Amino acid sequence: MRRGFAPWSDPTAAPLVRFENISKRFGDIAAVDRLSLDVYRNEFFALLGPSGCGKTTLLRLLAGFEMPDEGRVLLDGCDIAAMPPHRRPVNMMFQSYALFPHLSVAGNIAFGLRQDRLARAAISARVDEMLALVKLEGFGGRRPDQLSGGQRQRVALARSLAKRPQVLLLDEPMAALDKKLREETQFELMDLQARLGLTFVIVTHDQEEAMTVAHRIAVMNKGRIVQAAPPADIYEQPRSRWVAEFVGDINLIEGVVLESGAGEVVIRDKVGRRYRVAANIAVGSQIFVALRPEKIRILAAPAPPDAPNAMHGRIWDMGYLGGVSIYKVRLDDGSIVKASVANIARRTGQAIGADDEVWLSWLPDAAVVLAS
Amino acid sequence: MARRPLRTDRGSALSLGAKLIVAVPYLWLIGFFLVPFVIVIKISLSETAIAQPPYAPVLDIAGGWQGIRDFLGGLSFANYITIADDDLYVLSYLKSLKVAAVSTVMLLLCGLPLAYAMARAPRAARPLLVTLVVLPFWTSFLIRVYAWINILQRDGLLNQALLWVGLIDQPTTWLATDTAVYIGLVYSYLPFMVLPLYASLEKLDETLLEAAADLGCPRWKAFFVVTIPLALPGLGAGALLCFIPIVGEFVVPDLLGGSDAAMIGQTLWTEFFANRDWPVASAVAVVLVGLLMMPIAVYQHLQTREIAGRR
Repeated sequence: MRRGFAPWSDPTAAPLVRFENISKRFGDIAAVDRLSLDVYRNEFFALLGPSGCGKTTLLRLLAGFEMPDEGRVLLDGCDIAAMPPHRRPVNMMFQSYALFPHLSVAGNIAFGLRQDRLARAAISARVDEMLALVKLEGFGGRRPDQLSGGQRQRVALARSLAKRPQVLLLDEPMAALDKKLREETQFELMDLQARLGLTFVIVTHDQEEAMTVAHRIAVMNKGRIVQAAPPADIYEQPRSRWVAEFVGDINLIEGVVLESGAGEVVIRDKVGRRYRVAANIAVGSQIFVALRPEKIRILAAPAPPDAPNAMHGRIWDMGYLGGVSIYKVRLDDGSIVKASVANIARRTGQAIGADDEVWLSWLPDAAVVLAS
Repeated sequence: MARRPLRTDRGSALSLGAKLIVAVPYLWLIGFFLVPFVIVIKISLSETAIAQPPYAPVLDIAGGWQGIRDFLGGLSFANYITIADDDLYVLSYLKSLKVAAVSTVMLLLCGLPLAYAMARAPRAARPLLVTLVVLPFWTSFLIRVYAWINILQRDGLLNQALLWVGLIDQPTTWLATDTAVYIGLVYSYLPFMVLPLYASLEKLDETLLEAAADLGCPRWKAFFVVTIPLALPGLGAGALLCFIPIVGEFVVPDLLGGSDAAMIGQTLWTEFFANRDWPVASAVAVVLVGLLMMPIAVYQHLQTREIAGRR
C-alpha cells in the first residue's frame, strides 16, 4: 500500500464519488439513512458491516440500480441521479458473478465493449489483454459453466474491468471462494488496483478482507456509517463500542473516571478495580475501556509491583489457533477477560494451561476509552 | 478445468429393478406406438378391396410359408406413387406446412409478450396467471372451436363489435377463410407456446439483466441479447409443441376453414371415412410422420449440442 496516500485528510482534494445526505427506504425500513460519504480517486474503499446494514444498497445506488429517496450521488462533481445504469461510467462485479451463460468467456468480457461499438480488432485486443490480466489466457473459448469457481470469479473481474470504469464496484467479490484462494485473490486485487490506477469500492462483511485490501474502511450499521477511517485507525481507535466489538476481538470494561491529568486518567470499574489509561476525559464521566486481547500480557508469576493495570485470575478456557493462543481468564470477581499470546517459539507443551493461576497486565496506552 | 465424472458402464450398473423401471416407457412405446405404426405401414403397402377389412392382402398364417410369400408378394409402393403423383396430396402437405409455420410464428409473437409479462409479474400473482392460461382446457376443445364459429359468423360477435366500433360498415366474412383458421389455431395452441416460454423466462436470473445494464446495454436491447438467447430452449420447445400438432390438425380447419385447399388432416379424414381408402390414407399418414420427424430430429440435434456444450 502506498505510503502517504491520504486524500481524505486533504481538505482541498475533490472526491471522485460523493454521497450527499442520501436515504433509501424499502417500505418502512431505511436501508440507507441520511448518509454522507466521499471516496477519492485511486482509493480502494471498503464498505464493511453486518448483513442488512445497507452496504450493498449503497453500492447499488452508485451503480444506478436503485434510486435514492433523498440526497444526491455525485460522480466527479456531477449529479448522476438521472443517469440510467447503462450510461454510468462505473462497472460492477456481482456477488453471483452474473456471467452470461450463453456467451463464452471472451464473449462475456467483450459484452461491455460491444455496447460501445468498438471496432472488432480493438475489442479482441482488449479481451486478450483482460484475459492476460486475470491469468486466463487460452480460456476465451470456454463457457462459464466449464470453469471452476475461482476462474469464474476472474472472468467476472475481467468483464467489469474491460471498460476501464471510473469506479469499480465489487459486491462481496470473494464470498464464494475458499479461504486460501480468497487470501490470494485479495492480494491480486490490491495489486490490480494499484497497477491500473482505478478507484475500487468493495462491499464485504469479512473484516479481515476489508482490512487487507482497503485504504479506508467505512463501518456501517443500520444504514449509517459509524466510522470511516484507515484500517489501523478502525482497529486501534474505534470511535464507539459498536465498532470496537464489530471489528476484531475486544474486552470492554465499564467504569467511571476518578482522576484526570497529564494525558492519563484513572478509572474505577464496577468492582472497585482501578486502571490507568492514556486519555483526556473529564472526571466523573461514565466510560468504557476497550482493550484488545493481544495487548494484554499474561504472566505465570505474580506481576512486579510496578506493573501497570495488574489483574489476577485463573485460566478459564483456552484455544490454540496455531499462530496465536487465546486465553479466557476468569478474574477474582468472576468476570472474564480475553488475552492472546503470539506463539513465538515452538513448544511441545503449553507454558500456561487450564486452571493455572495467572497475572495480567497492560500498558496505559494499550486501551482506548470510549464514551459510548 | 472442467472435470468429467468417471462413468461406470450404465448398462451393467443397473439393477434388475432399475431395468424394469426403464423398460416401462419402452414397452409402452412398443405396444402403443411401434406396433400400430407397423400395422399402418403395412396397410399403406396394400391395395383397397371391397372386403372386411377393406384392403388386401391379409396375412394368412394358416397358409403357412406359401401364405407368407403370397402376402409379401401382394405388397407394393403403389399408394406412395399415387400420393407423389397427385397434386391433391402434395398441395395438401404444403398447405399444412405453411399453415403450421405461419401460425407458429404468430403464436411466438403473441406468446412471447404474454409469457414475459407473466414471468415479470409479482411472484405471488404468477400461480394465478398460470392457472388462467390453463383454464380453457377445462372446457372441451371441440366446444371452444364451435364457440369460435359463433364469434366469427356473419352476425357473430366479432362483426358486431367491429361494426359498433366503426372499423367496418359492412359485415365481413370471417368464417370459412384462412384467417378464421389462423385465429382458431393461435387461440387453441397459445397455452402450449406460453407455458414452456414462461418456464424458461421465469428461471432467468434478474442479475443478468442488471449486469447487462451495468455493462452499457439498454434494457430494450438486453431483451434481445440476453433474455431471448436464454429463453431459446423454451422457445424451441414451444414452437415444436405447436408446429407438429398443427401440421396434422383436423378440427380447426374443418370447422373454421373454407373448402378451397384442405390441410393434410382433412385429406386423411376424407380418404379414410369418405373414400374408405385405407391404404392411401395410411400412406398419407406415414408420409406425415416422416415429415414431422425432421423438425424433431433438428431439435434433438440442437439439444444434444447444447448439452454437450455445457459439459
